[in-house]
Amino acid sequence: MTEVLPAERDLRRVIGDGETVPDGEVQGLSEADLLELHRWLVLLRTYDERSVVYHRQGRIGTYAIFWNHEAMQAGSVYALERGDWIFPSYRESAIGLLRGMPPSTLLSWWRGHPAGWWNPRDWNVASICVPIATHVPHAAGFAWGSKLRGDPACTIAYFGDGATSEGAFHEGANLAGVMRAPLILFCNNNQWAISTPVEAQTAAETLADKAAGYGIPGIRVDGADVLAVYEATRDAVSRARAGEGPTMIEAVTYRAAPHATADDPSAYIDPERVEEERQRECVGRYEAYLRRLGVLSAEAAEAVRAEAADLMRAGIAEAEAEPPADPALLFSHAYAEPPASFDADLAELRRVLDG
Amino acid sequence: MAELTLVEAINDGFHVELARDPDVMVMGEDVGRAGGVFRATAGLRDRFGPDRCVDTPLAEAGILGSAVGLCMAGWRPVCEMQYDAFSYPCLDQLITHVGRYRWRTGGTMEFPLVVRMPYGGGVRAPELHDDSPEAYYAHTPGVKVAIPSTPGDAKGLLAAAIRDPDPVVILEPKLHYRTMRGEVPDGEHVVPLGQARIAREGNDVTLVAYGAMVPLSEQAADALDGEASVEVLDIRTLKPLDEEALLASAAKTGRVVIVQEAPRTAGYGAELAAILAEKAMLDLQSPVLRVTGYDVPYPYWQIEDAYMPSIERVVDAVRKLLEF
Repeated sequence: MTEVLPAERDLRRVIGDGETVPDGEVQGLSEADLLELHRWLVLLRTYDERSVVYHRQGRIGTYAIFWNHEAMQAGSVYALERGDWIFPSYRESAIGLLRGMPPSTLLSWWRGHPAGWWNPRDWNVASICVPIATHVPHAAGFAWGSKLRGDPACTIAYFGDGATSEGAFHEGANLAGVMRAPLILFCNNNQWAISTPVEAQTAAETLADKAAGYGIPGIRVDGADVLAVYEATRDAVSRARAGEGPTMIEAVTYRAAPHATADDPSAYIDPERVEEERQRECVGRYEAYLRRLGVLSAEAAEAVRAEAADLMRAGIAEAEAEPPADPALLFSHAYAEPPASFDADLAELRRVLDG
Repeated sequence: MAELTLVEAINDGFHVELARDPDVMVMGEDVGRAGGVFRATAGLRDRFGPDRCVDTPLAEAGILGSAVGLCMAGWRPVCEMQYDAFSYPCLDQLITHVGRYRWRTGGTMEFPLVVRMPYGGGVRAPELHDDSPEAYYAHTPGVKVAIPSTPGDAKGLLAAAIRDPDPVVILEPKLHYRTMRGEVPDGEHVVPLGQARIAREGNDVTLVAYGAMVPLSEQAADALDGEASVEVLDIRTLKPLDEEALLASAAKTGRVVIVQEAPRTAGYGAELAAILAEKAMLDLQSPVLRVTGYDVPYPYWQIEDAYMPSIERVVDAVRKLLEF
């Protein structure tokens, strides 16, 4: 039986601060891996920052910002195989980029255009889940179902600190524990659920403590340390593949940006604290680490940023070039075999629309 | 052809469908070791193993939510909700995901899951073992809903639901689980979704019903023998509805009474009445009436008979139409 109590108190860290805290290293990561991780972080950062701009320009709709969450997403996905499955919440809306999904697909999603639909099997990335925590049971069922089929894939579900208060989180985590499903429960604890601080979500000392109630290990990691996130996820993946069941990872960071473009955090967040967090944001920390290692030059970093910016420019152009969606799509895809009433509804709608 | 009770017919259907398709699995509370509180899944765990007839934790939203994931992993899960009113936690998953996920993937992924549950009153049970929640389910886009009224249909609609590429909810009249026996075809037996059944032919008035209200309507028709020739239309599938059969019967008799056990307001009977108002007005010789449960919580069982539509209330409604 795996030891599950207590959850770790200290956050796992690899990256130092360049002064008093020394850098560690992760065994098994080559220089090429380190640079690829950097490319992923920059890709996500660029996507996020450009999306906020596109929103302000009226080119995409309401957008859920994930600034300073990039290390949690890139670090954890880097520990997965391509055959492993990802169940994102809206905070991880762009995680498909790390599997090669075109930015235009995701931008179309935020543009409310059906070109933002995708086939989860093309990327092993489930659809973006909007209602909090309701995808945790999906991921648990998927992981359990793959195990029953003898598929070696493992599954990761992303959710926030607020999600741990939801019944769906509990039911999914509990079922995964009972079925010893190869699942990683990845909590991005950014300490805010819109305006509600994590202390108002739970009386537990840490969110990872909840894992003990499901008979699974809880790990705590610095969510702004991409290498620590990678290493913790790699451990959880090993456990899952060895048939030892789920692991819960609580990655702790700070939401140094609004919840979404429609949110004004000045009403509830201390701006000085936000500024402090912005100074230690995850992409800059990793770049400083790579420079200390002598792995990343300023020119190379600039080239990576330019590549990501080009990709986004092409992505928004492609999304905006999508023809307007046909109203007939209203009646497509809800059923494999649509009921007869849909034909009549569409004919009526066309008659009215066409005047 | 065997003569089986309604719940035996469901059990027979499960044995046939699990043997036919290795992707079909059954999951729910007490469905495995106990074979279900009504024994609908008896013998499945022994025959097909604990991975295909799974005792789950007691968590209805978790059951249906994990079934969504199981579909994505290639399974065809059949989820049992132990009772009608215990299914309410699963409405969260049903509304936010089950009815939407196929659409959300642009039709590229199928969610061939079934949710089935015993429903309805008249069984002298404690609170929340008696509800008729079909309207909640039928109102949800992306979901089909069927309610059998005979053992043969209970087996056949279950088979159709299991084989259907879309999510299907089946409500089974628990009042008749063991009190009703009927001929049930051996082996594979499929009653297609979306096809109503004329339970009894008649010319003067149509009683439209489903589930436990079908035999009640037939008894009412018996009571009216010599007074009126009563047709009983068992719609069998609430969604997709066999509108043609509804309109044909209304055209034939010109008088319609809808019999529904659920509370009246915004119940499924209102949908049937609206369709008749939209499409059968010139065929009707009288208003469409509803005989339903009342807009109150399902009562303590000492007075449940007063709540349930009765033969007398149905007969009374028919007489009103005949005198209109």
